Amino acid sequence: MSATMKPPITAPLADSPNRDLRVGVAPHLADTVTTRRIMFEVVLAMVPMFVAGVWFFRLNAVWLTLAATAGCLAAEAVGNAMRGRSQASLTDGSAVVTGVILAFSLPPGIRLYQAFIGGVVAIGLAKMVFGGLGQNLFNPAMVGRAFLMVCFPVALTTWLEPGTLKTIGVDAVTQATPLAAAKFHSAPLASIRDLFIGNVAGCVGETSALAALIGGLYLVLRRVADWRQPAGMIGASLAFAAIAHSIAPARFVGPGYHLMSGALMFGAFFIATDYVGAPVTPGGRLLFGVGAGVLVMVIRLFGGYPEGVMYAILIMNALTPLIERWTLPTPFGGKVPA
Amino acid sequence: MRIGSLGRRKSFPRGIHPPSRKYTEASPIQLFTPVKDVLIPMAQHIGAACTPTVQSGQTVRIGEKIGDSDAPVSAPIHASINGTIGAGTVGLLPSGRRVPALPIKPAPDGGAQPSGFLADFLDRHWDGTDATRYEPDEICHAIRAGGIVGQGGATFPTFIKLKKDPNRPVDTVLLNGAECEPYLTADHRLMLECPEGIIVGLQLAMRSSGADRGLICIESNKPDAIDAMRAAAAGRPGIEVVVCDSKYPMGGERQLIPAVLGRTVPSAPKGLPLDVGVVVINVATAHAIARAVVRQKPLTHRVVTVTGRGVRRPANWLVPLGVLFADLLEASGGMTDDAVKVLAGGPMMGPCVPHLNVPVVKGTGGITVLSEAEAVRFEESPCIRCGRCIDNCPLHLAPTKIAQAVRHRDYDLAARYDMDACCECGCCAYVCPAHIPLPQYIRAGKNQWRILQEQKKRRAAQPAQPGAKST
Repeated sequence: MSATMKPPITAPLADSPNRDLRVGVAPHLADTVTTRRIMFEVVLAMVPMFVAGVWFFRLNAVWLTLAATAGCLAAEAVGNAMRGRSQASLTDGSAVVTGVILAFSLPPGIRLYQAFIGGVVAIGLAKMVFGGLGQNLFNPAMVGRAFLMVCFPVALTTWLEPGTLKTIGVDAVTQATPLAAAKFHSAPLASIRDLFIGNVAGCVGETSALAALIGGLYLVLRRVADWRQPAGMIGASLAFAAIAHSIAPARFVGPGYHLMSGALMFGAFFIATDYVGAPVTPGGRLLFGVGAGVLVMVIRLFGGYPEGVMYAILIMNALTPLIERWTLPTPFGGKVPA
Repeated sequence: MRIGSLGRRKSFPRGIHPPSRKYTEASPIQLFTPVKDVLIPMAQHIGAACTPTVQSGQTVRIGEKIGDSDAPVSAPIHASINGTIGAGTVGLLPSGRRVPALPIKPAPDGGAQPSGFLADFLDRHWDGTDATRYEPDEICHAIRAGGIVGQGGATFPTFIKLKKDPNRPVDTVLLNGAECEPYLTADHRLMLECPEGIIVGLQLAMRSSGADRGLICIESNKPDAIDAMRAAAAGRPGIEVVVCDSKYPMGGERQLIPAVLGRTVPSAPKGLPLDVGVVVINVATAHAIARAVVRQKPLTHRVVTVTGRGVRRPANWLVPLGVLFADLLEASGGMTDDAVKVLAGGPMMGPCVPHLNVPVVKGTGGITVLSEAEAVRFEESPCIRCGRCIDNCPLHLAPTKIAQAVRHRDYDLAARYDMDACCECGCCAYVCPAHIPLPQYIRAGKNQWRILQEQKKRRAAQPAQPGAKST
């Protein structure tokens, strides 16, 4: 922010030259929550998903997470240097959060250099060029993933069978994930229980709905994340899926299957709740969640891809300024007349 | 109106729970006797500054008027001690304003104030007082003559607030004993040590404003004050004690009125409690009203809490107005070695003073000296759009949006975000994880916006110059 208002300024004490009084603006007390602590709590909330990822995909999950995070931190450092800023933002945890979310949204079989590039693009192109922390329009992790989707389409749609390190095979690519199975009717559906636990093919972090739910509830209960985005996103997609299923049960699987599969749970609690890309207003956050939920289902049911969380979030990011405008709170005593 | 549920704890949505740190709540009020000169500013209120009515070198008695103004919004100033007027000078108010001020040299040998002043100030024998004996006009006149202004900090001349306006009837006077600022206990102590005087002041305020109901609002963290005020209010028609949630900013009138009465005050700057038939007065103001109307004693002293980890002996003092912070701190054992910040008031809204040659004025409820450990240095970092400021704003504003507009010098946009409705309570900055001084941006924005509006008005008033390029 502007240098002219930066507290604290010290002024000499008129009556005792040995003593300086510090001056600054009220309030002089602050809550203990800081940006760094918020980022730390988000990372902490992703531990269950990391554990599930390691359980199902072994060391791939570890290396992938490290590679994506390294790419994010590298881009943050280069960006800071190019902007002539201090490297303090490396330790605020925001780049780490982006790296981990990106890694968790990638297939476990992807090459490490690809994950690294994803991280560089996420922070470099989606965050630093816009002005760093708090300035990005789009969710950096999702931009990184979209970039990888364009550059390495095969790697991004090749899935590992959980518990092994063997690729499912070229022929089976489009049948691999439960959502692809449901969409193209090319493979038997997974059981809801396997989906919930995560014993299915999928991205590193999204495979276990249970792990995402545990971490997500932690974030909401700790009030790090607003409940409105996950509630809106999950509620809207469930309603959408239920309606579609009741109209054409043969064509569309039920809402439970949709809720437990793919990145819906992970996206609702960890990606849609990203502060920067979502509206700051309470009403806007609910609307953001509902919009994302509807878009996820539109893409899943009628789009070309079996999964739609990434594009749903990116599209809602683009709508955020507009939503914020619509949902500005009314002052308690009414609008101030112009 | 939810009169039926007066028994329940009253609250308002949002707001915060800062640590209370009421270190001095058990310390009885003591009298401070000045030895050094006191410095009496000629403006201790909102409105026009006073002109001195005394000469340099003149001897004055305690309570003698030394400054007054003909302006409609003003309040006279009185000598707070017996002594001799010195040469006029300029004094720094705790708010940062510089105003003309008169020093008074205290009379020697302890003659500055009567020895029984404390007992007189806290005298609890108000039984014989009947508020209905006084006419509303008479009360207002005595309040103005007594130089009484809102002692909760706003320092608005009280007689204006209590003047009966047939177009805007008042049905309720809220007596504000919330004292929601952390550290401060001045109102708390006064409620314990002179509840009867406060009640009489409330009755006079009700009589003057035409209200038939007076509600004494106290936060639940002061059970002894609640008991004391209940006992003093017993058997007085229309007066009741209301227990409020201990929450900041409970004592803000735009929070107190909805919490207690369920009425919404229209937004500032136009909206006032008067618009919903309510007048809010602070307990110290009520006490001053009783003294001024019944005993013809003008406002010369007030209770000041000197507190914080940065002062050696925190205490509640009865202080003559004009005493310098330096002298009062010295009487409180002086500052500790790790004291770094001196605040006029509490830590949520109190401004910092740059040095200690600042006088106690009518709106000074406390001096908080923060130690190094208490006065955390906040490094401002970028807004991460977490929305905490919006979630906690008691006025339902969007502080981060306003601050962003101000930062980009788009004051029209900031005004569209209802910047002027902000009461600068500081909840937003308290919860901000990036430690952005949001109220400071909003204050700066309000000032700039006002300046720009005035310029616009002036330009519109000027006739268009022939040949001038229209813009």
